[in-house]
Amino acid sequence: MPVAHAADGRVAWRRRTPRQDLLRWFGWFLLVALTVFCWQVMTQDTIWSFVADAPTQAADIGQRMVPPRWEYMDRLWWPLWDTINIATLGTALAVVLGVPVAFLAARNTTPSATFVRPLALLVIVSSRSINALIWALLLVTILGPGVLAGIVAIALRSIGFVAKLLYEAIEEIDQAQVEAVTATGASPAQVMDYAMVPQILPAFAGITVFRWDINIRESSVVGLVGAGGLGLQLESSLNVLAWPQVSLILLVVLATVLLSEWVSAKVRHAII
Amino acid sequence: MLRIEGLTKRYRTGDLALEGVDLEVPAGQVMGLIGPSGAGKSTLIRCINRLVEPSAGRVFLGGAEVTGLGRAQLRAMRRRMGMIFQEFALVERLTVMENVLSGRLGYVPFWRSLSRRFPPEDVTKAYRTLDRVGLIDHVDKRADALSGGQRQRVGIARALVQDPDILLIDEPTASLDPKTSRQIMRLIGEICSERGLAAIVNIHDVGLAQMFLQRIVGLRHGKVVFDGPAEALKPDVLTQIYGEEDWTRSIRDDEEDGDAARADRKHGDHAAEPERERLAGLT
Repeated sequence: MPVAHAADGRVAWRRRTPRQDLLRWFGWFLLVALTVFCWQVMTQDTIWSFVADAPTQAADIGQRMVPPRWEYMDRLWWPLWDTINIATLGTALAVVLGVPVAFLAARNTTPSATFVRPLALLVIVSSRSINALIWALLLVTILGPGVLAGIVAIALRSIGFVAKLLYEAIEEIDQAQVEAVTATGASPAQVMDYAMVPQILPAFAGITVFRWDINIRESSVVGLVGAGGLGLQLESSLNVLAWPQVSLILLVVLATVLLSEWVSAKVRHAII
Repeated sequence: MLRIEGLTKRYRTGDLALEGVDLEVPAGQVMGLIGPSGAGKSTLIRCINRLVEPSAGRVFLGGAEVTGLGRAQLRAMRRRMGMIFQEFALVERLTVMENVLSGRLGYVPFWRSLSRRFPPEDVTKAYRTLDRVGLIDHVDKRADALSGGQRQRVGIARALVQDPDILLIDEPTASLDPKTSRQIMRLIGEICSERGLAAIVNIHDVGLAQMFLQRIVGLRHGKVVFDGPAEALKPDVLTQIYGEEDWTRSIRDDEEDGDAARADRKHGDHAAEPERERLAGLT
């Protein structure tokens, strides 16, 4: 905050020194330059005649997609049910496994900040760093194709998500309430039940429903690699270029996601 | 009742919060602990129930040593020490009843407390205590739906259902308005004399301390610098505790009980006043 004293005794105040101003402008300039450079790299290998063609191609596929083949719906009900089950059971499994991990990872509840906490964080990071589709790819080879591989894939991907958000919530609880319950002579388990759980319950509910909502989308994709659900139908339809079926599947996915979002909004509203 | 010998606390940061504090609180005495912020008042009462582990020194409650107890014994010992907090420290999302019953957690096995199936005597005790602090109509409300004064009453009830021998009270009025502060201090005083409870009250408001407490201990830089009756708190003593300042106006005047008391007198009706004031703000 440079303050300059003018000759007439008035004080001039500016947020930054001229030097800081200059540096900031230079920073913005670098950012723009970088953007231009990246654009050039990005478009180096683009074949522009294909891009020019894009609207025609898109219109062509779009045309083939309408009208959707509504009769195909008869064969979608079952995969749709599978998809919802994969998402729900996967989320449930992730919650069961993720909650203990969260308590082990939170600074104020971990039994050992030097040994256990890094391990719990490792579990969280490794779970989060691998996409559900890749988990599914691995699990289909291990467990064989089917719904089970999908459930486990969704669960493995979600553990990290659930545990990370939950441990952040645990670290943010009001320690005074914990202190107060401890002061009554309560055991550690009772302190957790009376002072911690009530404080993290809204976060927990929000996280679970949010993840379920995400998992509905993910579970409609894992079928692409053979892990059951709508994705399986999508893949077979794509393989035979049955565009009207593809469009119907996409519509069904859209409807399911809309529904799940509505449900999760309702649930979150009811709990908080 | 409570005896503290050479209590010293050095935090890991190196700050010396308490330095060789010796103190004795006889049964039934309500003692005020005053001192500037950072003098070690909160640390002192937290060292008594070992929410903060003392670095040196010993604490005895009714002849039994608190320092050096193992975990399970410490939990049993904590049941005998009720604690009341500055920001109430209620579990906001639990009901008033659950908060009060949490005072019984040290007596109840985990599975019972998990299913909230407390023994009938505990529930009766909780109801009686809530009635005593004037909250019988708020039993099923969530703690975060109450006003400040009401929350502190829940805090008091939670400490009382422990059946404690002593109350450790950390700035009970710091988050309350002047009128509610008096009501709460009066309630604490009444309850302690009803039950013959000893208490240590950390308090910032010197006038309030003089009004409701018999004995005052002054703490400065972790050492006891004053210990005497409330009337002995003169400007020179306050200067010794807090440092240089014009103290004449913060000390209670014997002729007038301070502003609120003056206002009370205008209303006339002296006898009904304490009771009405105690229940004010509850409806």
